[in-house]
Amino acid sequence: MAHDPTPFERFIQGIIPENPVYRQLLGLCPTLAVTNNMQSAITMAGAVTFVLLCANIITSLIRNLLKPHLRIVIFTLTIATFVTLVDRFLAAYMYTMSKSLGPYIPLIIVNCIIIARCEVCASKQDVFTAASDAIGQSMGFALALASIAGVREILGTGMFFGIRVLPAAWPDWVIMALPPGAFLTFGLLLGVVNFIESKRAEKKIHKG
Amino acid sequence: MNYIADIFLIAISATLINNFVLYYFVGICPFIGVSKNVSMAVGMGCAVTFVMTIAAFLSWTITKFILIPGAPVSSFIAGIFLPAEQAAHIDLTILSYIVYIFAISSSVQFVEMYVRKFFPALYKSFGVFLPLITTNCAILFACLTIMSHVAGVDNPADAWDLAKSLILAIFGGVGFTIAIVIMAGIREELDFCDIPKAFQGAAITLIVAGILAMAFMGFTGVDSGLGNMIKTSDTTAVNAIPVETNHQQIKV
Repeated sequence: MAHDPTPFERFIQGIIPENPVYRQLLGLCPTLAVTNNMQSAITMAGAVTFVLLCANIITSLIRNLLKPHLRIVIFTLTIATFVTLVDRFLAAYMYTMSKSLGPYIPLIIVNCIIIARCEVCASKQDVFTAASDAIGQSMGFALALASIAGVREILGTGMFFGIRVLPAAWPDWVIMALPPGAFLTFGLLLGVVNFIESKRAEKKIHKG
Repeated sequence: MNYIADIFLIAISATLINNFVLYYFVGICPFIGVSKNVSMAVGMGCAVTFVMTIAAFLSWTITKFILIPGAPVSSFIAGIFLPAEQAAHIDLTILSYIVYIFAISSSVQFVEMYVRKFFPALYKSFGVFLPLITTNCAILFACLTIMSHVAGVDNPADAWDLAKSLILAIFGGVGFTIAIVIMAGIREELDFCDIPKAFQGAAITLIVAGILAMAFMGFTGVDSGLGNMIKTSDTTAVNAIPVETNHQQIKV
């Protein structure tokens, strides 16, 4: 890139052009694990947004104090602190959701999206840029989770957000709500996104 | 006998039925990133198994002796400052995530240095993967599973001991190795296939993983079946009842 992207450009970049899940293939573990219904997907996206925003802000504030060989440890400890906060919050106010998400909330600590954003962006930029980058990336993450969860919930149970959208005669494709469905849905959607992206790139070349 | 049966069932369940990659979706990044050829996949699998065993040992020790309410080390230290009744109930499990991630990353650093210095041949075969898997979800997931079986149980007698924790980690690692080696074998063959351009790379890998996961779903229920078989062989009297009810169900 010729120029350093402005905060707003970073925000937009995170949503579609550099979507963390579809374009960078980061954070696949929650993407596959919690997308069997919309509610848990949205909760997970909310938790990741909070942790990513806080971790990016803190990293950006202490970026001049970081020692190169210790930075990964500092990042993970910062993230682990905020994940503990989220985990306690969910256990207190959304107990059933916290039970159903189970170990995947603590696993946000080792989610590559957050470590990658701390490393690539927040440890080099000022607080405002880091915050807008965090929000953009987590919107992209939420969009990706919602797209996969939408397909899986509708095909797997005929419902969307727990409301029936397909006729009752729909034979539920139970496999979509089970682990194999996650791999298949994400694989197919990833192929479709790649296809659209390559078409757009071709168009650009023709225009230019 | 029941104890051996429990250990056997934990091993079977971690390897095949609730495979870490194909059932719990942890460790997907190396599963997709490092499964291009079989020899690299084997190295990665060995490294994960190794680190997971160390992490399981550490997390079990930390949970048992420091974190859970009434753990010896923490209540002793707290006893210096607090009255005895308060010190016995001190609960540090809220710190578990921070402690685990710190223990894992520091121990992996030490192990890497040690292996590089004293076993150069071993380091060449899988040492390069060690720093990569410090922040692998599979390792932390093993620690959290062990924690839920040590700190989260209602009846103290059900809490896992060190042997069970280590078995979970070793066989979880073996399950990871099986999955990643099968995947690498399939991907070596996929190189000769004519895949649509958009699906090359990660997309086709995920679809193949979906089919693999379906195949592994065939193992569902093997654990309870085996469990009944092993446990009933010494307690025949208890066994007679479930078999009869089974027949009745079939008749109905």
